[in-house]
Amino acid sequence: MRAGRSRHRRAAAAVWLVAAMASTGGAGAREWRPLDDDGVHDPAAPGLQYLQKPSEALSVLPPDTAGNRVNWVEALRQGIIKPRTNVFPETKVNLLDLDVIFPETSEMPMVRFPHLVHTEWLDCANCHDHLFKKKIGANPVNMFKILEGEYCGRCHGAVAFPLTECKRCHSVPRNDLIR
Amino acid sequence: MVGMAAALAPEAGAEYADVVFNRRAEREGVRPVVFPHWFHRIRFRCKVCHHELGFVMRAGANDVTMADIVEGKFCGMCHNGEIAWSTENCDLCHTGKPGLPSGIHGGHTTVGPGRW
Ligand code: HEC
Ligand code: HEC
Ligand code: HEC
Ligand code: HEC
Ligand code: HEC
Ligand code: HEC
Repeated sequence: MRAGRSRHRRAAAAVWLVAAMASTGGAGAREWRPLDDDGVHDPAAPGLQYLQKPSEALSVLPPDTAGNRVNWVEALRQGIIKPRTNVFPETKVNLLDLDVIFPETSEMPMVRFPHLVHTEWLDCANCHDHLFKKKIGANPVNMFKILEGEYCGRCHGAVAFPLTECKRCHSVPRNDLIR
Repeated sequence: MVGMAAALAPEAGAEYADVVFNRRAEREGVRPVVFPHWFHRIRFRCKVCHHELGFVMRAGANDVTMADIVEGKFCGMCHNGEIAWSTENCDLCHTGKPGLPSGIHGGHTTVGPGRW
């Protein structure tokens, strides 16, 4: 069994949901800031003119509403991008096709974790065992730890699609599973 | 609650997942470095950098110095004139705005409740 979940947490997560929905309200437009006005690049840096503009590279990839506004899973699946899996010929490329359901989501739909999509991008060692023990149900995951950057939140919210996209993780309605 | 909503909205500006390196750069008289995840992930899967090449998946966790890069470590594992252009192209990496703190920018923060 997973660690028990307190009422406090549950209530707070509900508040967070409302906040998240309010913040994603206007996320439809696909726009990328020019590099000389993005707050991190120095407009006076001599190398800036040689860098690729995000809009040029990202606008041709399958759309999404958050993060880089690119659906990276689709971009890879459709073969529109072909990122290298390894640079050393001897590196073993590991894949695993195993979905894990996280059921303790209170009122939210349950969470499906697809190994295949993840192992297309990542190696087992990126998660096992420092983020997740290799045993279903053995990790005390909850939404608050995720928001703190632990578990799924190590990547989602930093590089992979952000935590505002509840439904991409909470994708399994309760009555879909025969229990 | 308003605060939470504001913190969840993407930081206006930096492209999602851009990482700034400025531990020593500015102190040593060069601009901070901006590492764009979006550009690199079109060409390499995460596992190349974070498994094969050993970049720890935590902003600020890799003590990257220019000497190491020139010796072929960190960015220098690729920016060596073979996989990508070499370290002579100082201006292409050192493009950051002066005064920027090291860390991930352009994202929803993942480093603790104090930040959202
Ligand atoms: C896995 C290999 C690899 C690693 C590691 C790597 N890069 Fe790159 N990088 C590339 C390749 C390939 C290009 C594209 C080269 C080309 O266009 O010829 C590139 C391009 C770039 C660009 C230019 C992007 C543009 O808009 O044209 C910057 C800036 C950059 N890298 C910074 C870095 C920094 C900083 C690091 C280390 C923190 C780093 N890279 C580590 C492979 C790598
Ligand atoms: C990256 C995937 C992911 C995203 C995005 C995500 N969640 Fe979760 N969520 C989880 C996982 C995993 C659990 C843990 C389930 C378990 O332990 O069985 C969880 C648990 C929960 C729970 C149960 C209570 C708790 O604190 O654990 C709630 C409520 C919840 N999430 C709400 C949300 C809301 C609202 C959003 C969007 C604003 C969201 N989640 C986005 C993965 C995600
Ligand atoms: C992005 C993170 C991530 C990656 C990468 C990953 N896993 Fe997992 N793995 C998980 C999670 C999450 C669980 C479920 C843990 C839980 O239920 O608490 C899991 C569970 C497992 C389990 C337990 C299954 C069971 O029946 O108990 C095995 C075995 C496993 N993974 C093997 C692998 C292998 C092999 C790879 C590489 C090919 C891999 N994983 C890559 C996150 C990952
Ligand atoms: C080590 C990094 C990492 C961790 C940890 C991680 N993910 Fe992901 N996840 C990714 C990447 C990379 C993608 C590809 C999409 C992207 O980058 O936006 C992805 C995609 C997904 C997708 C989209 C699948 C699809 O078909 O569109 C789901 C759902 C998902 N993750 C759920 C989870 C859940 C739930 C957890 C925690 C149990 C988790 N992830 C942990 C990196 C990670
Ligand atoms: C070309 C190399 C490269 C590739 C490819 C790459 N990364 Fe990174 N990643 C880095 C570097 C460099 C850092 C910053 C490390 C530091 O600051 O010490 C970083 C940092 C991170 C962090 C830490 C963010 C934080 O908030 O602490 C995460 C999470 C991450 N990467 C996930 C990913 C995921 C997921 C992918 C694939 C979709 C990916 N990276 C692809 C080089 C890469
Ligand atoms: C591939 C990207 C890249 C290129 C090309 C590059 N640098 Fe750096 N440089 C970095 C990174 C990353 C750091 C670490 C920045 C930090 O944390 O302060 C750094 C740090 C530095 C520092 C700070 C002191 C130190 O030793 O770490 C100086 C000075 C420096 N670089 C000068 C140069 C010069 C001069 C060139 C051209 C000959 C150059 N760099 C080319 C990425 C690059």
